[in-house]
Amino acid sequence: MKRIFSVLVENRSGVLWRVAGLFSRRGFNISSLAVGETDDPERSLMTILSKGNDRTLEQIEKQLNKKIDVIKVKTFDESKAVCRELMLIKVKYNKGNRREIMETCEVMGAEIVDMSETLMMIQICDTPEKIQLMISMLAQVSVVEVARTGTLALQKCLED
Amino acid sequence: MNGAQALVKCLEAEKVKYVFGYSGVAICPFYDAVYHSNLKTVLIRTEQNAAHAASGMARLTGKAAVCAVTSGPGATNLITGIATAFADSIPMICITGQVNSELIGSDVFQEADITGAVESFVKYSYLVKDPDDVPRIVKEAFYIANSGRPGPVLIDFPSDVQNAELKKAFDYPDDVKLRTYKPTVKGNTLQIKKVIKELEKARKPLICAGGGVHLCNAVPELMEFVNEYKVPVVSTMMGIGVLPTEHPLYFGMVGNNGSPAANRAMREADMIIMLGARVADRAVNQPEVLTENTVLVHIDVDPAEIGKNAGATIPIVGDAKHILKDMNEYEVDTDTDEWIKELEGYRRDLKVLRPEHPGYVDPALFVRKLSEKLEDTAVYVADVGQNQIWSCRNHIVRKGRFLTSGGMGTMGYSIPAAMGAKLASPDRQVVAVCGDGSFQMSMMELATIMQYNVDVKIIVMRNNYLGMVRQYEHFSLKDRYMMVDIGTLPKLDDIASAYGMGYVLIKDMTDVSKKIDQVLKSKGACLCECLVDPMDLV
Repeated sequence: MKRIFSVLVENRSGVLWRVAGLFSRRGFNISSLAVGETDDPERSLMTILSKGNDRTLEQIEKQLNKKIDVIKVKTFDESKAVCRELMLIKVKYNKGNRREIMETCEVMGAEIVDMSETLMMIQICDTPEKIQLMISMLAQVSVVEVARTGTLALQKCLED
Repeated sequence: MNGAQALVKCLEAEKVKYVFGYSGVAICPFYDAVYHSNLKTVLIRTEQNAAHAASGMARLTGKAAVCAVTSGPGATNLITGIATAFADSIPMICITGQVNSELIGSDVFQEADITGAVESFVKYSYLVKDPDDVPRIVKEAFYIANSGRPGPVLIDFPSDVQNAELKKAFDYPDDVKLRTYKPTVKGNTLQIKKVIKELEKARKPLICAGGGVHLCNAVPELMEFVNEYKVPVVSTMMGIGVLPTEHPLYFGMVGNNGSPAANRAMREADMIIMLGARVADRAVNQPEVLTENTVLVHIDVDPAEIGKNAGATIPIVGDAKHILKDMNEYEVDTDTDEWIKELEGYRRDLKVLRPEHPGYVDPALFVRKLSEKLEDTAVYVADVGQNQIWSCRNHIVRKGRFLTSGGMGTMGYSIPAAMGAKLASPDRQVVAVCGDGSFQMSMMELATIMQYNVDVKIIVMRNNYLGMVRQYEHFSLKDRYMMVDIGTLPKLDDIASAYGMGYVLIKDMTDVSKKIDQVLKSKGACLCECLVDPMDLV
């Protein structure tokens, strides 16, 4: 089962490592991890996507709560959240497939943010599923580099 | 005032009496500050034992004890001791010297990333960057170590910060401000009511008490609960001594190496209250069986322990002391007479039968005899190996304590821990019981014991084997004995005389009583060697 852990932590050195270390030490899975400062510069929010059975997911929450640097842990399903991911993807193009790539971008709501005579950099910000779809769409072109932020998620407004 | 002096002032404010440790350049500013204080120091012979000694002290005082070592190898040597304390939830403050701040990360002489290395064995760790942070950090460190589920906290202290002057006036805070750490000690009233209701329904209720009962000093509350409601008790290894061994309602230790009566009680019970116990593999090897037909109440101050190994019917987060106190307020009609009679039958009929080993000391009988002769309040420290199991099964606790390394099973624990225990309570008799393997892991501490004149009696059960593993190889590897024969050296009488300590040899059971008297009545530390059949099994 997949689950999102939204972990509010003290913004100080070593915290990311302590939290990530907890996952590896206890054999918990991390599908994706994104960290950034919040509106309060003393706090960061870590969004961790994990999977496991009920007991594992419960343990993840409890073990996170035990960490002294952790202020608050929220956990929810993807269906109860708005999830977004940003991807930058660099592809090699030629005259033959340029049009097709641009059409794909248009359909997917992606943007071409940089280009040279042979390379093109595309930016897309969407749900993790759409990002995955974009990658498979571009797989037939030659992909040079991919950078993804990992999933960011907040609980839907109604649920709060 | 510099950072090191501030740290010493903080330790004094925490009423710390002893610092166990080992010196080195990176911790010199600290020990120089100790030089000008009333703190007593014990120079241990290897850093691991500084942590074990602090552990022995903490377990008797109930408060975090302190060890302080130098950077690099000093700090890494400490790790096994820290992990041992962590596994048994023992409060401890570990201070490590560190190289100068600006050199951290450049792999200079005796630099080790100790906060990184111990992350999974400590409750928390600090790297001091500013001497003005020292009072806050130490206050927090003691609070974190002592509260909730206790455990070790490490403070890594670069030597330049130890030497740097404070810019603000020294002020030790009265309380901590930790927005992220507020352990729950008081149990939820509704959950407690549910337990009371189940207790009235139960025909075969049983308490399985663990080390948590000792850690929050809930022994008096447990005694009241048990005597009032007539609920029988078994314990885990860490829980030994929560009730006197010969209390009519105590039925022994559970687990792989436990007493058959206690394990039978766990299987037969229709309601089990796990009280400050982890439901760990050595105590309960099939947690799913436990929960099948039983109402399982799990009381623990650490919410992560509840549901980790067994799903509880009624979980209660809180410490045993507060929760028992609350439960003792209720009037409960329990009807356990028949159940107790049944258990008394098990205790009478189910015994571990041991073949005789003529010509040797029978370790089981020896431990019984030794317990009988110990003072009521004696502290018995068992090491790890066959000696530990013989001790657990046969030592009779009256008003004393039984200490051992339960979670980590660290060989060599008993001698340094006994030293710490004796320094914590000089009026109590303290014995360390180890095997010839575990003895040799801490033999160097005989020097410390003699140097500081610590009166501990050390019993070595000598069988010339790493007996517990030999036994495993006997049962599981068809007697292919590998890496277990430790030979017949050294001669312990020579060792004792080299260190200038008393020595008593017990060859067999003929005058064991007299010999034990001789050990216990000897002046100062004494080494007692018991010759045990190499083929003896627990």
